[in-house]
Amino acid sequence: MIGVEAGGTYTKVAAFGGVYSNHLALGAAIDDALSRGAEAAICLGDLGAFGPNPDKVFPLLREHGVSVVRGNYDDSIARGLEDCQCGYTDPRDNHYARLSYQYTFQNTSPKNRSWMATFPEEIRFRMGALDVLACHGSPRQTNEFLWDSATPTHFLDKLAQDFDTDVIVGTHTGVHWMRRWGDHRAYVNVGALGRPANDGRTDVWYAMLEVVDGDLAVDFVPIGYDHAALAIEMRDEELPEEFVETILTGWWTTCLEILPGKERAAGRF
Amino acid sequence: MGIQLPQATPPNSTPAPSADVEEAPTVELRALDQLWFQVSGTVCNLRCNHCFISCSPENHSFWFMSRDEVRASLDASVRLGVKEYYFTGGEPFMNRDMLGILEDALALGPVTVLTNATLLPQRTVDALAVLAAASPYTLEMRVSIDGVTAEMNDAIRGDGSFDRAIGAVGRLAAAGFLPIITTMQTWSEVETDGILAAFWDVLGKVGYDRPRLKILPPLRIGAEASRDRGYDEFERVTHDMMAEYPAELLLCSSARLVTASGMWACPILLDYESGRLAHTLEEAAARPAVLAEQACYTCWVNGAICSNMPGFAADPA
Repeated sequence: MIGVEAGGTYTKVAAFGGVYSNHLALGAAIDDALSRGAEAAICLGDLGAFGPNPDKVFPLLREHGVSVVRGNYDDSIARGLEDCQCGYTDPRDNHYARLSYQYTFQNTSPKNRSWMATFPEEIRFRMGALDVLACHGSPRQTNEFLWDSATPTHFLDKLAQDFDTDVIVGTHTGVHWMRRWGDHRAYVNVGALGRPANDGRTDVWYAMLEVVDGDLAVDFVPIGYDHAALAIEMRDEELPEEFVETILTGWWTTCLEILPGKERAAGRF
Repeated sequence: MGIQLPQATPPNSTPAPSADVEEAPTVELRALDQLWFQVSGTVCNLRCNHCFISCSPENHSFWFMSRDEVRASLDASVRLGVKEYYFTGGEPFMNRDMLGILEDALALGPVTVLTNATLLPQRTVDALAVLAAASPYTLEMRVSIDGVTAEMNDAIRGDGSFDRAIGAVGRLAAAGFLPIITTMQTWSEVETDGILAAFWDVLGKVGYDRPRLKILPPLRIGAEASRDRGYDEFERVTHDMMAEYPAELLLCSSARLVTASGMWACPILLDYESGRLAHTLEEAAARPAVLAEQACYTCWVNGAICSNMPGFAADPA
């Protein structure tokens, strides 16, 4: 497996979303992608957040040559900003976002921070004959949330036209979904490896992109991993029990403000 | 059958602008992400004494929008790539076409309705739940409640309004909605935690046990200027203040308001001629917003207060 390179053309690509320091899930996802015959891999950013020991993520990415697009978390950590740029206004969400960010910042090495500063905002490549733009939030803004229930198809079409691409691939929300329109256009939110999809399952998700009969096939892949071990590691690091609960139950307990009503109603909190 | 619509009339009591419009700072539209509809004009069943556009049953400065009028702007919004739709008034559910209008909008994108929730009997809540379930897009019910007790709220919104709104929140929650409760801050900062806790308590008692709360700063125009105070002379946006300011934090950089009488820069400047931009949405999108009014100062301090969430903000890079 190789990293997705700008300008490259591929037929089968593993696309990973927010890792949030979940090195156990990232390792399991890389193994899964290799077993499914992915020729290349890309990570769409936010390497740190809720999880423990953020430096453990970087060797996995380097070892397997995974390309990384800059997320808002990576941008903040690399530049030493005050917060994660998620834009919360709710006091409780801000409290936990601050804890998560401060822990991650303090435990990310200068060497890894320097590497994060080199991540590009986007990587453009091709899947067969289709142009693909890989970004973190949206092509126009790294920290823009694109939720299934809050993103009109005509809005996605305008993004695709404005940025001259057929397919947009992103993450940032933590919930995987996709939309197709027109002849070959698509938006794919690959989900997140860092925490479950607020669906009551402990699995996390990535997307396998494949050219099938000239078109793009998207397979959302659930990854079971040793989430109990991650929970122990999080507790050893004295991370908030609310973060641990999400890993163990599959329900989001924090950073809920940014969810649209439809997505939030599908969760427990 | 929809309501019989009289000829739309222009505002009849436009206050004088607080700054020279020709000299005021302007903000270009960066992207038309939010399209707002003054769907019930300035007509409201309540007479809240903090209303920044002084809506009431008798305020016909702006009249109801018909379903066809709304549909015409929805059609334009598709061409312009709008991301979300907001419906406000007045009280939107005084518009007899409201459910049909929501059906049209929900076919295209996510919708937020700003309501006082005093006109939401069970049959309307049931109809809203059907619309919400039928759409792939979210329908957000934003309910204005200005206090945690009837005494606190009704002093602002009128007798009986607290009980009616809280009752509707209970019905909405039972129907699967998670209403966004908006409340104008009429208390001191140190009381905020206590107010929020009290909201959790009172909303929990009607079955809404994971409330979404949004606190709004006062807009010191309209009725609010009499209830509390107007703006101080220094509270206005100047060119110097905009020099280093990320204009994309302001709603007018990413939104326009559609009314029965034309297009405005934002929902707050409805009573001001400087807020009126054009007759068509395309024209309004091409024209900058003018920050000539003192209400613009509140947005300068607080950002896009009207949005559910901060929108298309500054690029972090």
